[in-house]
Amino acid sequence: MLTMPALDEEAISAREQVAADLARLVAPASVIAAPAALKAYESDGLTAYRQPPLVAALPGNTAEVAAVLRYCHERKLKVVPRGSGTSLSGGALPLADGVLLGLGKLNRILEIDYDNRCAIVQPGVPNLAISHAVAERGFYYAPDPSSQIACSIGGNVAENSGGVHCLKYGLTTNNLLGLEVVLMDGDVMRVGGRHFDAAGYDLMGILTGSEGLLGVVTEVTVRLLRRPPTARALLAGFASNEAAGEAVAAIIAAGIIPAGMEMMDRPAVAAVEDFVHAGYPLEAEGLLIVELDGTVAEVDELMGHVQAIAQQKGATSLRVSQSEQERLTFWAGRKAAFPAVGRISPDYYCMDGTIPRSKLPLVLNRMAEMSQRFGLRVANVFHAGDGNLHPLILYDANKAGDLERAEQFGAEILKLCVEVGGVLTGEHGVGVEKRDLMPTMFSEVDLAQQMRLKCAFDPEQLLNPGKVFPTLHRCAELGAMHVSGGKLPFPDLPRF
Amino acid sequence: MQRIQPESISEIVETVRSCAEARRPLAIEGSGSKSGLGRPVDAEAMLSLRGLSGIRVYQPDELVLTAWSGTPMREIWDALAEKRQHLAFEPAASTLYGSGNDAGTIGGVLAGNLSGPRRPSAGAARDHFLGFSAVNGLGEEFKAGGKVVKNVTGYDLPKLLAGSMGTLAVMLEVTVKVLPAPEKQRTVMMPVSDVVAGHRCLITQLQEAFEIDGAAFLPASVAARSSVDLVRARGSALALMRLTGSPVSVADRCAALRAAVGSPTEELHSARSQALWSEINEVAALLPAELTALWRLSVPPASGAKIAAELGEGGDWLMDWGGGRLWIARRNATVEDTALVRKVVEALGGHATLVRGPEHLRKAIDVFPMEAPPSLLQRMKAAFDPHGILNPGRLYRDW
Ligand SMILES: Cc1cc2nc3c(=O)[nH]c(=O)nc-3n(C[C@H](O)[C@H](O)[C@H](O)COP(=O)(O)OP(=O)(O)OC[C@H]3O[C@@H](n4cnc5c(N)ncnc54)[C@H](O)[C@@H]3O)c2cc1C
Repeated sequence: MLTMPALDEEAISAREQVAADLARLVAPASVIAAPAALKAYESDGLTAYRQPPLVAALPGNTAEVAAVLRYCHERKLKVVPRGSGTSLSGGALPLADGVLLGLGKLNRILEIDYDNRCAIVQPGVPNLAISHAVAERGFYYAPDPSSQIACSIGGNVAENSGGVHCLKYGLTTNNLLGLEVVLMDGDVMRVGGRHFDAAGYDLMGILTGSEGLLGVVTEVTVRLLRRPPTARALLAGFASNEAAGEAVAAIIAAGIIPAGMEMMDRPAVAAVEDFVHAGYPLEAEGLLIVELDGTVAEVDELMGHVQAIAQQKGATSLRVSQSEQERLTFWAGRKAAFPAVGRISPDYYCMDGTIPRSKLPLVLNRMAEMSQRFGLRVANVFHAGDGNLHPLILYDANKAGDLERAEQFGAEILKLCVEVGGVLTGEHGVGVEKRDLMPTMFSEVDLAQQMRLKCAFDPEQLLNPGKVFPTLHRCAELGAMHVSGGKLPFPDLPRF
Repeated sequence: MQRIQPESISEIVETVRSCAEARRPLAIEGSGSKSGLGRPVDAEAMLSLRGLSGIRVYQPDELVLTAWSGTPMREIWDALAEKRQHLAFEPAASTLYGSGNDAGTIGGVLAGNLSGPRRPSAGAARDHFLGFSAVNGLGEEFKAGGKVVKNVTGYDLPKLLAGSMGTLAVMLEVTVKVLPAPEKQRTVMMPVSDVVAGHRCLITQLQEAFEIDGAAFLPASVAARSSVDLVRARGSALALMRLTGSPVSVADRCAALRAAVGSPTEELHSARSQALWSEINEVAALLPAELTALWRLSVPPASGAKIAAELGEGGDWLMDWGGGRLWIARRNATVEDTALVRKVVEALGGHATLVRGPEHLRKAIDVFPMEAPPSLLQRMKAAFDPHGILNPGRLYRDW
């Protein structure tokens, strides 16, 4: 059972007052307090956890965000930021005693600056809307999570989201230039701009992927890339996952970094093919999609190498996309993998560990054993190029004990990822989901160090508490303050 | 200054712990190759990481390399070259930041977040820094990040340590992302009348799909110092665009780029192109031997020409990153000149770091500008080093 921070009964009983106060800080219609309306916010993409917030506030600009945070800071009210609510780790799960801060109304693209190859956008802008806005000039924003139609750029920043093209083009953090952030006390801070890199401490680097615990993002400057002249994809089926894995390693060893390199196992292929009819080979135990982009000459040359490698590793089927339409069809299957699995099972639970790629056969075999033991089926989609696994555990929430078993199964998979030298999450974040597994990867000292950094930003731990860290310590307990001879080392520092 | 050069982790931990207990400031260095970068540290003892050296794990097809922080860059470059891989952020073998011609250690490169001409297309040191173990200012060993290329578990502390100049923790082991090295490179060289024309060419071509991974401008007087004959011989200011990749791809893009530029251009092939970009990366050879004050600017790329015109007195400067980075030598090494440089830069957005200058000036100014509320930066420092013993003053004044 998930334990959340101790309930603030006072906040709960003051709910109506809080709603009234907030209605003076943002447009009155932007405060939601009716229980029926609050249900819309009770969960994010990790639907196993549900909790309506105390109230929801939907500010329309940075000043309103700052006003809400300042108010909550003064009243010691907890705050949970929310973008589009597609998080798969429960990062945006509301708190019964906390204000849900929805950023969806900040949804404007403020400026497109081609000479500096960047765009300045508000946090509620959907990821894909940026690429659409710059498509006519041949540009795009590279990170492309499968949820890109819906997920917000602010949520992407908070989760440091990836996508199928991040092998070559990086995660969110590698594609940002600047942020405007409101801290928990209501102070507005700008980091970065249209230039590269911080001169000293990289605040943008630390804010990105901080899962809404350090500050609320109110503006994002993203880098724009020129779309490559052409892209082609190869679909290669293999008789075993090992063979597919070997092909991936051989492609990279040959010095090729494909734009994307995805793998699916047989159950995933079956589910997807049934849903999308992408023409995937149903007999393959392991299916690879390898996308190459660049100039026509370059893509042709590299595609020849990749095909040869696939053949050498025993590919049982090979197809190279002959048109843009066909390339998109290859991807349509992969991109619809989650909903496709959703069709063959009442519920599924999506995991997100990363492993050193060479451990893939070992991990898949152990997963098959676990699947037997837990009596739950699993389908695998896999960002093969960077070792990021997405096992989808199939279960039925209406069957007693199924959810618990799915969660245990998932936890065992993630522990296995850590055991073989990998990590708990490659792109979905820790949130509440993997929070209690953090000690399998980090020691108490490791975690205390991270929490002390949190204290530097939010000493009262009001911003998204209960996420990421398994236990909450008061900042003063974390050894952040070491008093020597009655003197604090930085006498002018505000104390927490 | 007392020099401590431990050979083991436990000795390093013990050294930091005892300094923490005694509240004794400790200067931290790799091999000392960047000792001139940053403000002078006021400490009686110096901890050298030179003894903590060696590559621990290098798995070319996992694209990761783990090494002790004191590993010389030469050793890392050699190991990577053998497998035809590289550090895509292109750290320089620069002699700019200190004395001697030591390329330094991997820990030093990461602590300074030092990146070369490929930064705009491939990312900075911070983008390739995957994980570490380190000792914080309390003498506690901790780790963060991971040893795989994709990871979002916990705060991205490697980003914070990159560029922290040894003020947050003493790095022990570091893991970096490595990538296949491009097989070929060519540079398209366009003689231009002035910086405005050269810069415009870079800005325009960077918006096309040529995958330019080096975009620089050299004033005529600077090009004249190049060791590359064709560059020196031009007698003109030059816009330079590098293309790397497979032979077929480079030849193809090179032809297309030259056609797009329109005006007369020349090509520099492998060795010449390489030599030129090393010079641009290392900077020193292209500028006068005696430098009073050298500034490194990071600015919006489209503002490059304007800033160069305002600050590039005497013509001793060069432009990289398509306008986003300027190296500018200034005649006056004074507090007033510092204010002037910063005023021009900050008006357009960006920052200026004094990468080489007399000690008295580096002591008197913020060598690195503060880009966030000082109290927040200070609290971040305190989260790692509450007693302020690690490299005090090197990055930010007073602490
Ligand atoms: C079908 C599906 C496919 C997916 N595919 C991918 C994928 O390929 N790659 C990938 O990386 N992820 C994927 N995800 C996960 C998810 O879409 C991403 O994590 C996304 O970035 C979340 O964005 P959001 O706007 O929905 O954020 P939310 O879910 O609303 O919030 C996520 C976290 O960010 C915080 N937050 C949100 N906005 C802000 C802000 N402005 N300031 C501060 N904190 C904020 C929240 O507090 C929370 O902790 C997928 C999800 C689904 C449902």
